Amino acid sequence: MSTTTTATTTKLWGGGKSPFDVEYGKLMMWYFLMSDALTFGAFLISYGTIRFSTNGWPDPNKVFKSYPFASEGVNAPLVFVSIMTFILIVSSVTMVLAVQAGKEMKKKAVAINLILTIIGGIAFLSCQAWEWNHLHSEGAWWGMNPFLNADGSASSTNFTNYFFTITGFHGFHVLSGVVINIIMLIMTLTDQFEKRGHYLMIEKAGLYWHFVDLVWVFVFTCFYLI
Amino acid sequence: MSHTATHEDHSAEVKKEVTKVTIILSVLTIIELILGFYMMGIEAAGTRLLIKGTIVILMLAKAFYIVAYFMHLKHEVKNLIMTVCVPLCIFFWFITAFLIDGNSFRNLRNTYDPHFKEQSTIKVEAKEAKHEEKEAKESKEEKKEGLKLDAPRTTD
Repeated sequence: MSTTTTATTTKLWGGGKSPFDVEYGKLMMWYFLMSDALTFGAFLISYGTIRFSTNGWPDPNKVFKSYPFASEGVNAPLVFVSIMTFILIVSSVTMVLAVQAGKEMKKKAVAINLILTIIGGIAFLSCQAWEWNHLHSEGAWWGMNPFLNADGSASSTNFTNYFFTITGFHGFHVLSGVVINIIMLIMTLTDQFEKRGHYLMIEKAGLYWHFVDLVWVFVFTCFYLI
Repeated sequence: MSHTATHEDHSAEVKKEVTKVTIILSVLTIIELILGFYMMGIEAAGTRLLIKGTIVILMLAKAFYIVAYFMHLKHEVKNLIMTVCVPLCIFFWFITAFLIDGNSFRNLRNTYDPHFKEQSTIKVEAKEAKHEEKEAKESKEEKKEGLKLDAPRTTD
């Protein structure tokens, strides 16, 4: 194994094969994710710029303090969002296991782990749908901000605009990830990868799914913690 | 055959790595949450900034573990790592430049725009805010008007 890698590294630029030592689709997925990272980066940096240019900002612990089936005046900051974070981490882990099972050509293990990943994705989306609905019932939406700044002064609508735009954009990524994973599951169950002789497609879907998890790490920190 | 043996070895190795990274990610998240809870009771701006900085560092560590191990980038050839990571170095400039710009804009407004500065010192009554939350559904529009009307009244 190690001898082949050293042999290939010296000849990577020798022509006749990809110098990146991956197939075309996976390389292009990396480039797509790179550009997507710049999009999310631009969103989050814009949020940061506006926050830095404003004197006051709402305290996230006073805004995001409820969870489903809680009583009216509940005060449980960070609880619900940490559940959402763990759901996404766990679904990322099952995706790694699905990719690994694909490398070993174990169809059943691929299918089971994909199903678990899809369940995780749907659970996350449901959590987000509840949270959006809850905030909307409190009077928060694009252009409407019922919350006050942490120091008690009136807040601008920037807070809700950025929150709904960025979590919405991330949620849309999760939704497309779930759809991609469902397609992967159907292709696995109909033996398409077995016929091709490899499960490389799962790896590309996996890269996308991990990226969604990666973005949530940043969104979670920027909106709920800081 | 020895081939199958190494194959299974490799599989076990990967599983071990995945377990390790999962534990690291969970622990980092829990530390972040503990810091978040700890920060709620702290008023001093300097300490808060320090905790926020720590949270950002932990966030970057989590991002590294996801990209390096879950996305497998650490095990790819160096060429691929470079072609993905080097362009993203633009973020060093991107973040620094724009946050400094935002900060400078705030300072300029606080210095030259008395209305902007005054707005941020007027406190909306907390009682009113609570009242609003309850009736938010019925009187969304009214409440918005009320906020705007109330603010200048308190300054008179």
